This record gives sequence, C-alpha cells and structure tokens, in this order.
Amino acid sequence: MHDKTLAELKRSLDAGEFSSRELTQHLLGRIDRLDGALNSFITVTYDQALAAAEAADAARAAGKAGALTGLPLALKDIFCTRDVRTTAGSRMLDNFIAPYDASVVEKLAAAGTVSLGKTNMDEFAMGSSNENSHYGPVKNPWDFAAVPGGSSGGSAAAVAAGLVPAAIGTDTGGSIRQPAAFCGITGLKPTYGRVSRYGMIAYASSLDQAGPMARSAADCALLLNAMAGHDLRDSTCVQRGVPDYTEELDTPLAGLKIGLPREYFGDGLDPQVEAAVRDAIRVFESLGASVREVSLPHTHYAIPAYYVIAPAEASSNLSRFDGVRFGHRCANPADLIDLYKRSRAEGFGDEVKRRILIGTHTLSEGFFDAYYKKAQQVRRLIRQDFLDAFEEVDVLMGPASPTPAFDLGANKDPVSMYLQDIYTIAINLAGIPGMSVPAGFVGQRPVGLQILGSHFTEARLLNVAHQFQQGTDWHRQRPAFAEENA
Amino acid sequence: MALEHADVQRAAHLARLGLTDDEAARYVDDLGRILEMVDMLQALDTEGVAPLAHPLDVTQRLRADEVTESDQRSRFQRCAPAVENGLYLVPRVVE
Repeated sequence: MHDKTLAELKRSLDAGEFSSRELTQHLLGRIDRLDGALNSFITVTYDQALAAAEAADAARAAGKAGALTGLPLALKDIFCTRDVRTTAGSRMLDNFIAPYDASVVEKLAAAGTVSLGKTNMDEFAMGSSNENSHYGPVKNPWDFAAVPGGSSGGSAAAVAAGLVPAAIGTDTGGSIRQPAAFCGITGLKPTYGRVSRYGMIAYASSLDQAGPMARSAADCALLLNAMAGHDLRDSTCVQRGVPDYTEELDTPLAGLKIGLPREYFGDGLDPQVEAAVRDAIRVFESLGASVREVSLPHTHYAIPAYYVIAPAEASSNLSRFDGVRFGHRCANPADLIDLYKRSRAEGFGDEVKRRILIGTHTLSEGFFDAYYKKAQQVRRLIRQDFLDAFEEVDVLMGPASPTPAFDLGANKDPVSMYLQDIYTIAINLAGIPGMSVPAGFVGQRPVGLQILGSHFTEARLLNVAHQFQQGTDWHRQRPAFAEENA
Repeated sequence: MALEHADVQRAAHLARLGLTDDEAARYVDDLGRILEMVDMLQALDTEGVAPLAHPLDVTQRLRADEVTESDQRSRFQRCAPAVENGLYLVPRVVE
C-alpha cells in the first residue's frame, strides 16, 4: 500500500481491496517504525486520522466518495489546524494549538482526505535544507547523509519514504520544488493567488503559495482541484474559475514549444544534473515538442532582489509574535519591552533572526529607497523576462536546483545556502507556476526537472509533466529505505 | 553599504529582538555579507521602472461592510500565555 499513487489507492479503495481505515493504520504503523530515523513529522495525529478514515469509509459505503475520499496525506506544519499543534518549525510556536483551520486544510478535509499529521520544515519556511527546524533536521530517504531540501523538507521526505502518498507544502522561493527535486517526487507551486493563504503562517506574503507534493503529476492535479479557488478570507486569492486539472492530462504534446533559459544552464550547474535534464528534454522532443533557447536576462538579480523583499515582508509578518497573544513568552519580564525582546530572542532561531534583522534594516529610515524600492523595480524586470519568454514558447524547462541534494551541514554560510535557490526564486518574484518532476539520478540522489509556465497555466504544466511520466519511470523509483522497510 | 555594529543593534531594537553584544557582532558579519550580495542590485539601471509590489495586475475586491464574525474571544485566548477576565496580561505600562 505504501508505494502507490493517490489514483492507484483510490482504485483499491473503490474495489474494496482495503478500507481507508486499514490504509491509514498501515501508514501510521510505518510512521511509528521509520520516522524516528527520518524525522519528517513534527506531530502525528493518530486519533483524528483514524476518525477521518472511518468517516471516509462510511461515505464510500453510502456511495458518496469523491476523487480524494479516504486518501491519506500530510500537511506542512505551517498550516493552522484546529485543535492541533501548529509550530511552523519554531520554538516560538511549540505550545501553539491553532484555534482554526487554514483554508487549504478545510478544503482538503471537505474533499474527504485523511491527514496523518504535520510535517517538519525550516523554521517559518526560511531555509533550503530543513536544517533550520527547531525540531531537528530531516534525513533524505535516498541517502541519510543528504538533506531533503527545504523548506518543505518533511513533506518531501515523508512522500519519498512511503510514509504518506502525498503532502502539502508551501513555496516562497523554491520550498516545494527544491525538496521535491532532492527527494525524487513531483511538486507544484501554483500561480500566486491560485490557492488561499488564509491560515498559512505568513513568511513573505507577496511570494508565499501552497501546493501539492506527490508521486505523480496526475496526483498533483487531483490535489490542486481540491485546494484551488477563491476565498473571501484572503484578499490576494484570485476570483477565477478553477478548471478540472485532470482534464488536460492526456493532451498530446505534439507542437509544444519548450524554451530553455540560457541562464539556467550556465556556471555552477552540476554537469551530471545538466545531463539528466537534457536527457529529459530529449524525451519531450520524441513526443513532438520543439526546443529553443531563450534568455531571462535578469536571472542573476533574482536572489539579491528576493533577499530584500522576502526579509522585509518577514520582518513585518513576524512582528505578530510578541509573547502577548500566543506563542512563547519569556519568564519574569521586567517591563513590556523586555517581554517583547526576550520572548522573541528565545523563540526565534538563528536564520529567522537574521532575516528579521535584514528586513528591519532595509526598511528603516534612510535605506528604504536603496533597498526595498530598488528590489521592487528589479522584481518588475524579472517578471517581464518571463512574460517576454512566454510570448515565444509555451513552457520553460531547466534544472530545479544546480546540484542534487547536498550533504547535511555542507552549507554553513547563509549566502552560499541562498545561492542554491538560483533556479527557483525568480518564479516566486514573477508569481508564475512551476513544477519539479523526477528526471534521473546523480549517484543515489535524485535530479528534478523544473517546468515553468505563464500565470494560471497549471493545467498545461500538469499535462506536460504527466506526458513525461507516461514515457519515463523516474517518478516510480523508490529509495531502498522505503522498500527494505516495507 | 557597509554595516556597523550600531546598525545591527538599531535594527534589533526596532524589531524588538533581544541581542547580546556577542550575537550582534556575529550578525554584523552575516548581515554584511548578505547586504554585499544584495548590493549587486545597484549596478542595474532601473530609472523609470515602476516598483512591483505584487505579481498579479489585479485590484483587490472589497466586500460589503457587514459583520461576519462572531465573538470567539475565549476560544482565541486559550492559546495566550496570560489572560484575566478576557484581557491579555502584560507587565505594567502606566505607573
């Protein structure tokens, strides 16, 4: 049961091969046995999961099962879950029991999914390796010496290790796509505004977006169907119809125009990653797609622009953690300022403090124009690069990350860690959708092919990824860790 | 733009983030290198480019000015560190 896709599990549930309760129990058992070594979950919600599975079985027995009824998944611990601890990977929220459900959580529950728990992550989604979690690093199931990527590292590792068939992540600068690439799974960051951010603990509000992480593009389409759509509680969530994302999966790719951004194949790209990505692109050519080189001339300004905009937004968003209304509070504060300063000093980890300080500094008097305004101007140029490219081609392809998963502890310097996100970060600044799809290995570590489209072309991206997965079996590979412990 | 110890302490105070002098010294170094990387932006000519705050060109819809929430104060205060009679407790502010 543990290595099937959502679509396969649905067929088994429909055929009565096993119940959702049996499936849920099986996976909870795997989490108990295996997650001590992996550390992909922060909180496992045994009782709620079994209750949801039983309700799903009853719905199925009554002939009321939908596409996702009774299918297990996990939620990144950044989504508020009513009456369940929601930590965002931070000591600040170690004691926080959310009083309400995030919109995404509500929608997935309404679709009949069964949440098994909350997955590990870099603190407040700030990181590219999951090493910034208060709850300790997550291991990459393909190679325990490697990071799973971040910030949605727990979600990616749990899916790869066969603990859960799918998980929900969030992506502010690559936090779905890069861990999906490092763990050999399929991940989709939707267009900014496609999925409600209500109840998703905010990092950088103009960049944050939730999306599915699963074992196939078809599964991502099923999940996006349930997640997308307007929400009055998020004013940036667009009012726009939600198509059936599974409908175009089987459209042939003949005539598809693929652009390869020159800047995504330059210095710093691991030659073996490049070889795997170019092999994948040849598969598309064999399916009738044409390939041409394009340019995204402002690519190298994306990381600097991001590290002004995201910390600026973070410094504002994280001001809510004040030790008064929720979260960590220091002992015996001398006065109100001491209460704020010590609660925040004790509650936040190193990387979060770094970004709060950068954001506060760049927004402060005398620096605003040189940093924040400048970065927002550059952001427009970066978005324009993509809009221009999509005048010529339907999708862009390249690597999701310049290297396969790096070793735990390998990037101690913050700037060298930031530079890992060179191929993912511009996508959030532009607000366009992007996917990472398994496309080979370097040694035992997976390689992700990144596929990008213009705003609101998720159906096309899922179609392109699905067609690739019809002709390849990279997404069907499972780590020895998952199989030895079957 | 070089960053100094006083800049870090100023930002920490503005952000209400307690920092020891040793921690501040370490952040001077880290933040200095981040800002050095960010300074690459200054090389780009952005004369006449309008700042982009939000990736989509949409206007935000306003909802009707109606009360839609019910009072859930006690529920929301359950996760607070200290409350009394429905009020959040903080150290005395006014003598």
